[in-house]
Amino acid sequence: MTTKEQNMKNNSLVSISDYSKEEILAILDSAADFEANPNRKTLDGKVIATLFFEPSTRTRLSFETAVIRLGGSIIGFSDAATSSSSKGETLNDTIHMVSCYADAIVMRHPLEGTARYAAEVSPVPIVNAGDGANQHPSQTLLDLYSILKTQGTLENLTICLVGDLKYGRTVHSLIMAMSHFNPTFKFIAPDELKMPDEYKVFCKKNNISFTDVSELTNNFNDADILYMTRVQKERFQDLMEYERVKNVYTLKNSMLENTKSNLRILHPLPRVSEIDPDVDSNEKAYYFRQAQNGLYVRQAIMSKVVLNQKQE
Amino acid sequence: MEKKLKVAALRNGTVIDHIPSDKLFKVVSILHLDTCLNQITLANNLESAKIGSKGLVKISDRALEEDETNKIALIAPNAKINIIKEYEVVEKRPLVLPDEIREIVQCGNPNCITNHQPVVTRFFVLNEEGVNRLKCRYCEREVRLEEVKIK
Ligand SMILES: [Zn+2]
Repeated sequence: MTTKEQNMKNNSLVSISDYSKEEILAILDSAADFEANPNRKTLDGKVIATLFFEPSTRTRLSFETAVIRLGGSIIGFSDAATSSSSKGETLNDTIHMVSCYADAIVMRHPLEGTARYAAEVSPVPIVNAGDGANQHPSQTLLDLYSILKTQGTLENLTICLVGDLKYGRTVHSLIMAMSHFNPTFKFIAPDELKMPDEYKVFCKKNNISFTDVSELTNNFNDADILYMTRVQKERFQDLMEYERVKNVYTLKNSMLENTKSNLRILHPLPRVSEIDPDVDSNEKAYYFRQAQNGLYVRQAIMSKVVLNQKQE
Repeated sequence: MEKKLKVAALRNGTVIDHIPSDKLFKVVSILHLDTCLNQITLANNLESAKIGSKGLVKISDRALEEDETNKIALIAPNAKINIIKEYEVVEKRPLVLPDEIREIVQCGNPNCITNHQPVVTRFFVLNEEGVNRLKCRYCEREVRLEEVKIK
């Protein structure tokens, strides 16, 4: 059985590549419906477990708000110390125990591959809310929703990805997801954090044109979307190098002067210093509304995952 | 002369030839020959016109199964496998990389769930531009075939 078949069987969402172009567009459509009318009770009487083996307050609150607005109830834990795994229970056992109570499981875990494994053993759908540095598909879908909302289309856009392109999972998933829509990418990153070859191979294979540059200034005047990511100190062996890179990759309001009028700036948040606060008041800054869009997208995801389940 | 000696010495069984010298003991390991009770002859650092220095394994009275020999494709894709009956080569076994490799490969990502929980490893075999890569089904990391860690 392929990964796709297996996930369709229990309707899990582990990776953005589990969804076809049509499924992605259907989710975005549904998210727009929830934005227009956020309080439809599609999960009335359902119990959703949120199992956060590492804390992520932002993501957890977004999922839990989505479920509560849909009329569902929440059980679960918000960090590994309060879960039974701290007593040495295997993940397999935890998932089976929780699936006795819940109609779906939203899971975040510090180890990569946990969501795929959970989806294999779980009788109820798993929604991956982040597995280590691997996948975080609801983030990708809310990025797509934000792009669609601000540009009116997903097709033929020029997207600049800036910052940590080596370890940043959001940018990798975004490349996969946008591959359905004929994008042009510009990768802007310091030498230490360049886009890994496997994603460039992916782009070539899918006829996606891309350029790879190191300089931020004046390199995004043709962009429709400027997607900023966090440059994390831990990624650098040489802290002097980090200090240099940090300052070079900070977006300032003055740098936006010659950019296109439809340009919008996205960032998965939280930011550190990569966007100067003087950008916040620019109409091109979209990152706070981007976060809010997460609610509608997660309502759409939870509705699809729980309600489509009974189709077999 | 050399060839005649190798094949003639085995009446029934399997000959694995043209193993790169540095891979001989990996082949021994993934076939679990250390616990095999049949008569086994190992030779290493033999001269080879093709690959410089080669190793050789002969296993008496046992014809390896295809799923066993395909494991060798992972580490010694150019090895030659002959099944012998009554001193004759009855089958020249081609090495085929399977679409999926279970269990024998360890994920190189220390942060992968398979290195922390009792999960059987599973890798997709990809071929891009003639280069084989393995992709962990769980953490989705890709690794070149030459870099694969055999359990
Ligand atoms: Zn792995």
